[in-house]
Amino acid sequence: MIALLRRDLTLALRAGGGFGLGLAFYLILVALVAFGVGPEGALLARIAPGILWVGALLACLLSLDRIFALDREDGSLELLATAPLPLEGIVTMKALAHWITTGLPLVVAAPLLGLMLNLPGPGFAWLFVSLLIGTPALSVLGTFGAALTVGLKRGGLLLSLIVLPLYVPTLIFGAEVARRGAEGLAVQTPLLLLAGITCGTLALLPFASAAVLRVNLR
Amino acid sequence: MRSLWEYANPKKFIETSQRVLPAVTWASVACLVVGLIWGFFFTPEDYRQGSTVKIIYLHVPSALMAINAWFMMLLASLIWLIRRHHVSALAARAAAPIGAVMTMIALATGAIWGQPMWGTWWVWDPRLTSFLILFLFYLGYIALWAAVEDDDTAADLTSILCIVGSVFAVLSRYAVNFWNQGLHQGASVMRAGALAGDTEERVSNVFALPLFVCIAGFVLLFVALVLLRTQTEIRARRMRALVARERRG
Repeated sequence: MIALLRRDLTLALRAGGGFGLGLAFYLILVALVAFGVGPEGALLARIAPGILWVGALLACLLSLDRIFALDREDGSLELLATAPLPLEGIVTMKALAHWITTGLPLVVAAPLLGLMLNLPGPGFAWLFVSLLIGTPALSVLGTFGAALTVGLKRGGLLLSLIVLPLYVPTLIFGAEVARRGAEGLAVQTPLLLLAGITCGTLALLPFASAAVLRVNLR
Repeated sequence: MRSLWEYANPKKFIETSQRVLPAVTWASVACLVVGLIWGFFFTPEDYRQGSTVKIIYLHVPSALMAINAWFMMLLASLIWLIRRHHVSALAARAAAPIGAVMTMIALATGAIWGQPMWGTWWVWDPRLTSFLILFLFYLGYIALWAAVEDDDTAADLTSILCIVGSVFAVLSRYAVNFWNQGLHQGASVMRAGALAGDTEERVSNVFALPLFVCIAGFVLLFVALVLLRTQTEIRARRMRALVARERRG
């Protein structure tokens, strides 16, 4: 499993576009929002937690179809499926690799972009924490969507149609943590619920993703 | 003893459903005509809401069926995954567009009622929002059915999506509750105290009786449409198989 993770990370790094693309998209999105609503500081400060969360979600979505597509093309996905490793483990590692290449950079970059959006002082720590806890759920859910659409020729649009509604609870609780943090309110309840969603998806969804992948490789 | 699973045989299913279908259709039409005419013309106007209150005869049944259609799809998906009956998968496929339309009717009638009553077409109220999310789930489900070419693969994939989607639809339902307090009223048609004769907090019987007739009409309508569409799906699949055989032979 570790070897698989290292292979995926190396591939993502050397093929290029792994780390950079999502981040660049995130930056552009934040800039576009600022262009869209105007440079007024107070307004930006109010919507900053939500924008940063939605941006992270979309940037995450952008790279989902690469999780399985490349392996499917060169046939290594079939090899992996017949390997002694359980498919559930493979799927989890794929999700982890996706999180490290996409989710983690977003988490690190979010406070910097928060600076640009005039995020209030106490919000930075909670934005960071909420994204750190929430983005693994996004990757795991996205892996499920990618596994569903791996066999399709034009899966991209369908993938977003399927995955985005699944992101709703994570987004609500994550953005709520960031918003309450920015306003200096107690964050415990949404934070625990967010952590619950992440743990639940991590524990259960790999089975669904593996089942779907088996169907698609049949 | 005869088993329920006999109807999993497509031939048997078509035979039986064809016998049942006219009865269900006419019963549904009768209920809807009686319920809607009763509701629209023979109930008093609410003293505060005026005649707009009458939209509940469309709004409540369609909202109810929007959720129940998804439950039916979930059940059919589980049956397909466990027992591999093709009729079950096709029934789930047949129910999805009906459920999506019911969701749309519920949202549209709600908006039309909300405009004069709340002064707005749309609010980000938990119930409205979760219905919007339910609608998105229907769209994704239908799109996935349409996108996958092989029938069995599509049935498997959509079944698993339906199960995962159910969990997340329920999660979203409670998440949006947390996210915003609503304008939408709470449950007032079916309440625990209703049977005990407590009518304080409940819709008055004058409005409730035609509403129950309408709900029955919508349930029967849903059953009739699902039966009809499932028959169509079975026949379409047979036709494709025939055409494929002709081409080979």
